[in-house]
Amino acid sequence: MSQLPPSSRPLETDAPAFQLPAFGLKHLLGMEEVSPHDIATLLDRADTMVEVSRQSEKRRNTLFGRTLINLFFENSTRTQSSFEIAGKRLGMDVVNMAVQTSSVKKGETLLDTAQTLNAMRPDLLVVRHSAAGAAALLSQKLGCSVINAGDGAHEHPTQALLDALTIRRSKGRLDGLTVAICGDIAHSRVARSNIHLLNTMGARVRVIAPSTLLPSRVDELGVTVFKRMEDGLPGCDVVMMLRLQTERMAGAFVPSAREYYRYFGLDSARVRLANPDAIIMHPGPMNRGVEIASDIADGVQSVIVEQVEMGVAVRMAVMEALMGVESNL
Amino acid sequence: MTATRGKPGQQLYRNARIMDPATGLDIHGDLLVENGRIVRTGKDLAPPKKNGAVIQCDGHVLTPGLVDSRVFIGEPGGEHRETIKSAGKAAAAGGVTTLAMMPDTEPVIDDVSVLEFVRKTAKSKSKVRVLPTASITRGLEGKEMTEFGLLRDAGAIAFTDGRKTVGDAQVMRRALTYAGDFGALLMGAHRDHALGSGVMNAGLNATRLGLSGQPREAEIIPLERDMRLVAMTKGRFHASSLSTSDSVEIIARAKDKGLDVTAGVPLANLALNETDIGDYRTFFRVSPPLRDEQDRLAMVQGIKDGTLDMICSNHDPQEEDTKRLPFADAADGAVGLETLLAVALRLYHSGDVPLMRVLECLSLAPARRLGLKCGCLAKGARADLILFDPDYPWVLEDTKLHSRSRNTPFQGARLSGRVLKTIVLGRTVFQLEDQD
Repeated sequence: MSQLPPSSRPLETDAPAFQLPAFGLKHLLGMEEVSPHDIATLLDRADTMVEVSRQSEKRRNTLFGRTLINLFFENSTRTQSSFEIAGKRLGMDVVNMAVQTSSVKKGETLLDTAQTLNAMRPDLLVVRHSAAGAAALLSQKLGCSVINAGDGAHEHPTQALLDALTIRRSKGRLDGLTVAICGDIAHSRVARSNIHLLNTMGARVRVIAPSTLLPSRVDELGVTVFKRMEDGLPGCDVVMMLRLQTERMAGAFVPSAREYYRYFGLDSARVRLANPDAIIMHPGPMNRGVEIASDIADGVQSVIVEQVEMGVAVRMAVMEALMGVESNL
Repeated sequence: MTATRGKPGQQLYRNARIMDPATGLDIHGDLLVENGRIVRTGKDLAPPKKNGAVIQCDGHVLTPGLVDSRVFIGEPGGEHRETIKSAGKAAAAGGVTTLAMMPDTEPVIDDVSVLEFVRKTAKSKSKVRVLPTASITRGLEGKEMTEFGLLRDAGAIAFTDGRKTVGDAQVMRRALTYAGDFGALLMGAHRDHALGSGVMNAGLNATRLGLSGQPREAEIIPLERDMRLVAMTKGRFHASSLSTSDSVEIIARAKDKGLDVTAGVPLANLALNETDIGDYRTFFRVSPPLRDEQDRLAMVQGIKDGTLDMICSNHDPQEEDTKRLPFADAADGAVGLETLLAVALRLYHSGDVPLMRVLECLSLAPARRLGLKCGCLAKGARADLILFDPDYPWVLEDTKLHSRSRNTPFQGARLSGRVLKTIVLGRTVFQLEDQD
């Protein structure tokens, strides 16, 4: 499971026999089956996009004239805006379909909505839905490329990619790192996508959660399971905190937010258990004082704000790659 | 749990039949206590140091104090029935030196603040150790888990919904799973809410009396469910109050499978059967209900062969107003702290169960299961002891009970076996000779 370092140039343009295969995907539905090569390609592209976004002229126009539709059945300002900005920086025409204003509220099924949109021939559809498999269903029925922006508890591949980019830019690599994902693993698509990507790229993944928040047989996904922060944090290079979904969990999976914070919250004492140069991550939005202490979220080891910046870059890279734009690395 | 200091100095208990279920020790000898802790047992021990006392035991049985795993107390909320203080007095008179208090109070012990109140009150008001349990679900409503971690850290020794059975299997499953992470013990009664709505055991007696019956399945079905959930979650569970032969078999099978389960039987279900209800006598209305003689004998056999681990009093004080009603309207419950030993000794007197085994079920087994360091006579152990005469004949008079409530089914019963002294951390908290 090798991973291409960003600075190397393994291809000689006049030696086609050594040319690596072109980006293999038409859709990005999940990280589970994505090859290390494709992951590395996306991360390398995203690195260059970071620079684009930092210029004052942020346009690349590689996808000028193409149409992107954001189809978000779940509320999400941050992810939706991130995809919108990404599309616009590549010169695309972006349409945001907020479900509230759409015909879905009038009882139209998911497929009917999508087929209606499909008839308008978008190039790219970004979809977020509360049902696992929704993005896959659309990709089978529509002609355009589909990016899964989160389907139920299943996958959120661009989140895993932006997390990986953040880690790689901070640590210089992914393989061999020890990464702990802490919190509501059972209901988290972010956890699943990260587990698949990090394992593919050779990292050592741990999950830390009370038993009620661990999905059945999670160890078989290739992670080491810990039921206590004190047991799982020592030796970690990366600590990734997940949001406790208090609105749906009160009393059911964990008794209360205060009990959760007492035993699983990331505070300074627990951070000290990890490696001294460990980075702290969170996909957002954070519950300060529930899964993470405020001072840790804002502290020197936290890369939470960079994650958001990486999000736009990663989404730009994914869109270009799916549209078959040649990499100019 | 309590930081109460032991009685300073030494006490030598001389000439006792010393019985220690932990080791099987059964000798005629002496036991030395210092500063509230056991020092040693032996024959003809040296006299105590200068400010020590010698207590003549006259050959009576000296054994670890009883540990009662299921006691209902009315404080907070129902102090007229029983306070922590009065329960402590009743326990001392009955030889119970440690008891697990059920969370069925008002408010329910489902929060650290209530637990703290109970703990503090127990420490200052009770002569014996009253250890609180906390509920599994908030308000005993069977829906939301309580804060097992915080409650355990605040002193809850186990988690139980008291008189109630958690009806939702998913809630019980999550509770067992979550508790497992903290190594916490869950305890439960088994009475299905719907199937168990009757007022006595279903059967011919209920039919003749015209009373609604609880079928045995009201206990069997939730018990079987909980065994499956324990297997699934690898949790720790104690079935507190069983009453049917099928329940004993279920426990036996669960133990054979290696599940971490134990079981207890209430005193009444060991000693009485449904015919004792007689003429609608409400002091015989208990939960679980008195079953038929076959079930009672199965409980005795379960104690004898080790399938059942302990005997509890199921002490449930109820005021006159709730018992002086037609049977169908009366409250469940019988007091039992003061009759626990004497009635349990019936199993010994009848020849069914050896004395050491009876004592094991009353002290060592509950202590071990609840994770308490008592119930044995090891060096350094708490000097929580009882001195009793297994053959002392007496008749129970309810007016002499120390409990605030008088709802005992053994009123007027001829009993054989009585506590002469109860000692907690070396201090005598009850002496029969001081009673009028």
